Amino acid sequence: MIKLSNVQKFFGKNHVLRGTDIEIYDGETITVIGASGSGKSVMLKCIVGLLKPESGEIYIDEREVTKLEDEQLWDIQKRFGFLFQGAALFDSLTVAENISFGMRNLTKVSEDDITDRVKWCLKHVGLKEIENLKPSELSGGMKKRVGLARAIATEPRYILYDEPTTGLDPIKADLITDLILHLQKELKVTSIVVTHDMVAAYKVSNRIAMLYDGKIVEIGSPSDIQNTKNPIVRQFIEGKTEEKITYND
Amino acid sequence: MLNKIGRKTYEFVRSIGEISSIVIRTFSFIFSGFVNRKNAVEQMVEVGARSFPVIGLTSIFTGMVLALQTGASSRNIFNEPLYIGTVVGFSIVKELGPVLTAVVISGRVGAAIAAELGTMKVTEQLDALYTLGTNPVKYLAVPRFIANLTMIPLLTMLANAIGIIGGLLVTAYKWGVPSTVYWDDIFNYMKIEDLMHGLVKSVFFALIIVTISCYKGFTCEGGAEGVGKATTSAVMISMVLILVSDYFLTVFLVAIGIG
Repeated sequence: MIKLSNVQKFFGKNHVLRGTDIEIYDGETITVIGASGSGKSVMLKCIVGLLKPESGEIYIDEREVTKLEDEQLWDIQKRFGFLFQGAALFDSLTVAENISFGMRNLTKVSEDDITDRVKWCLKHVGLKEIENLKPSELSGGMKKRVGLARAIATEPRYILYDEPTTGLDPIKADLITDLILHLQKELKVTSIVVTHDMVAAYKVSNRIAMLYDGKIVEIGSPSDIQNTKNPIVRQFIEGKTEEKITYND
Repeated sequence: MLNKIGRKTYEFVRSIGEISSIVIRTFSFIFSGFVNRKNAVEQMVEVGARSFPVIGLTSIFTGMVLALQTGASSRNIFNEPLYIGTVVGFSIVKELGPVLTAVVISGRVGAAIAAELGTMKVTEQLDALYTLGTNPVKYLAVPRFIANLTMIPLLTMLANAIGIIGGLLVTAYKWGVPSTVYWDDIFNYMKIEDLMHGLVKSVFFALIIVTISCYKGFTCEGGAEGVGKATTSAVMISMVLILVSDYFLTVFLVAIGIG
């Protein structure tokens, strides 16, 4: 289980997370929605230890992780797979080297097993025979899928998806959404999806949480969110461009 | 106004702290044996072998023009070209070899390091390294430090040799001075300390180039524009630091009797 308690994060004068509280249960897929710049990606990066919050606690499997140093943190990070917004594949490495990178650093798998595992990961994201290609030779959708293959390669307990469908056409976006669902069923992982794509959010989520002004203002099942009376959530899910609604505690 | 000065001072002090942290962490990884040999060799080829042609070209023409100027001045004053080898040898070994090599490398290799690491930063590849259990300093800075700290002194020695040979060509064919006289002019006066003087400088310049370039790359922000700014400032800061520190290093080395 992952739990965030009163997490605060600043960037200079920009107060991004203002006391974020959320619990993510084992085995569920939770989607965090919110406007661009609302702190969704910052929240993900705090969870995985890429950013340190100014205050508050983050518990990963009941262990508080915000004060951990690099070596201890990597023990926690082994449990995570992270799909970055732009896939973040290493340009100088081939697809196979990208996928096996984490396995070589975080696990004690033999070279033969690594080769088999790379093939298995590629098969699970619907790709094959591209092991020797460089990222520059892949399309945007393929890069996302290779990024996803890299994220699942170390058999993580948690997969974090940062805007998995952004920048893709609707068909490729749907393909990635299907893949998230497929991996959820096959691997039984806990997933946190950050997106502002409501189609994807309704399709993959067990629960949806709305991040607004640095706080979770609504959380519930997709149908709860669709039927909510919260004006901030309604404005967001309906994509209205009327006057901005402000939230008061 | 005071706020602005305070903020600038804070940013400067923070930069010094971050630079020191990168250097300390890099050397602690190196001395602990955390070196990716494949990456280190690739970087050594990039810094050493691929920079050699431009260093060679720069050095030979520097040596040639020095011999031409020294011979012409000497002939005007003494009616014959005297001590060309001595002037060329000392100028190249103690100053021009290390400084020109460092300036060329900062433009070629320093810019490449800042641009590559900066691009990795803005495309979240550095974050990806962390999530895959690798410290970016260990994976990216360590091989670049090793490559620069070994290859730049080596290139400096080669630049010294090539520059002196360039001087010999002009001395012999333009001024008609026998090559034995040219070599005697060098070896009768030059000591091992003079060679060490240039080598110590080259190691220090290598540290400046690789530290500034890695720091600018790791702290790059803001997409393609940010990468451009990081690259330009890495080269500019490296060049200015090389030229300024050259004076103070010379004062220090002369004071302790090296050269």
